[in-house]
Amino acid sequence: MGRLLSYGGLALAASLFLAPIAFMIVGSLKPDERVLLDAGSMAAFVPEGASLQNYRDVLARVPFARYLLNSALISSMIVAGGLAVNSLAGYAFSRIRWRGRDPLFALVPAIMVIPLEAIAVPLFYQVTLFGWRDTYVVQILPFVANAFSIYLFYTFFLGLPRELEEAARMDGAGALRTFLWVVVPNSRPVFTTAAILTFLTQWGAFLWPLMVTSAERVRPLPLAVSTFYSLPPLQWGDIFAFGVMMVAPILGVFLVFQRWFVRGVVTTGIKG
Amino acid sequence: MTDSIQRRSGPLFAAPALLGLVVFVAVPFALAVVLAFTNLRLGSPLPTEFVGAEQFRRIFAEPAFVRALLNNTLFALVVVPLQTLLALALALLLHQRLKGRAFFRTLFFAPVVFPLSLVAVVWVLIYAPGPEGMMNGFLRAVTFGAWIPRDFLRDPVLALPAIMLTSIWQGAGFQMVILLAGLQGIPGELYEAAAMDGAGRWGQFQHVTLPQLRNTLSFTVLVTSILAFRLFDQVQIMTRGGPRNATTTVMFEAVQASFGRQQVAKGAAMTVVLFLVVLAITGVQRWVARQGREVG
Repeated sequence: MGRLLSYGGLALAASLFLAPIAFMIVGSLKPDERVLLDAGSMAAFVPEGASLQNYRDVLARVPFARYLLNSALISSMIVAGGLAVNSLAGYAFSRIRWRGRDPLFALVPAIMVIPLEAIAVPLFYQVTLFGWRDTYVVQILPFVANAFSIYLFYTFFLGLPRELEEAARMDGAGALRTFLWVVVPNSRPVFTTAAILTFLTQWGAFLWPLMVTSAERVRPLPLAVSTFYSLPPLQWGDIFAFGVMMVAPILGVFLVFQRWFVRGVVTTGIKG
Repeated sequence: MTDSIQRRSGPLFAAPALLGLVVFVAVPFALAVVLAFTNLRLGSPLPTEFVGAEQFRRIFAEPAFVRALLNNTLFALVVVPLQTLLALALALLLHQRLKGRAFFRTLFFAPVVFPLSLVAVVWVLIYAPGPEGMMNGFLRAVTFGAWIPRDFLRDPVLALPAIMLTSIWQGAGFQMVILLAGLQGIPGELYEAAAMDGAGRWGQFQHVTLPQLRNTLSFTVLVTSILAFRLFDQVQIMTRGGPRNATTTVMFEAVQASFGRQQVAKGAAMTVVLFLVVLAITGVQRWVARQGREVG
């Protein structure tokens, strides 16, 4: 009985969660005019007259591959750079004793509270001054150092047994070597969690690229889909095809990584 | 020897991240605060000077900005509890030994990987006016034809709830995963002990699950509340703040002021208000968490 109710609840929730996604996927396969005509009935989920025409149209109308490459480049650089500098900082704050450490560390939670939105306007003028508008750098560099990531690494490293590092140091390894060879291999969950959280926020970035880019060649996907949507003629089939192409690779990556992510959330301090 | 190495490597390890935080967060933040007290307006013939709290007086006298703050607050008051309850219900359902658990979890999490801008575009069509719109069709079906089709995104009453629903659809899965992780962290012995004391399922939920989940819940509530005040993407794409400011937000107004009308100082003042709200929410959450620790 309870089991049946559980499945009932899950099935209901699943169909509501799935509807917009199915609508998008099915719509991407239909002729443009049918998408809107079918939207009000179950026909929205029936791929009648399916073809890949919309996908061909998107590729012909906009440089999709370019946007995808831009997005992939920007997010992966932020993730890679972020893992490097934030984990090092988290380590320095949690495991190394040095003068000025504690007052500097007090700044980290304070900075965590400042959302990008609160500084977007002056940051915009600052990067304009640097001559960085319409570049990759302006979309990458400001987001590499991240207070939340530092804090995440800090809490995780605090909980790591000290014996490992002491053994390495006995063998004469310096701080960097100890960190790279002993600490990093034992900290996979926190690296995964930090990578995924960073990736999720950066992959969807919209406001900042909207402010600092005007050239197509450096624009990422989230911005491209909104300009594509406002680009006449309004063809819903094409827009949905654009959406599917934009989400498919990430969904694939997530199917692989989600197990690690859940495990990472359990073992890192995220849940409070 | 080790100590001297340590003293040098500490600052070296921390330097790159600290430098980034200073240049790209601390400095612009200080700048935002300073700008908010000036009259800077690009292209204005007036010299830039300090005007005290004038910008703050002005934005709070602006109906659009007051409406924006109200909309953000309303958004938080509706979305935070609804999304948290939904996420908690889903997490509890998935925290049982059920076949197909991984499938459902993946499904509920899927919208999280959709960039908000794409979500907004897809939902514009879901909310299409007339009987051919998906939401209208759905509501007509579940009310057995009683629903009269509405133009959700151009309706002063329905536009904001429409954006709320869109946001819940996209955000619930993330909260669910965090809560699921929290549930998995609760030791099984606690449930056994409660069962021994004669607690039923509801009793176990009340006396074991909820208190144990307290920190996780307060974390997800904090994150969702802050996101509610940062709302921008959906508004920019779905409604542009309309109709008649019904969906405008603090960030939408700030971008309009700074870039649409070149009123840099006014835009900065708005973002300072946004920061103060976020700071207040965080303060409340820390206070609640501390209370919990003292009680528990």
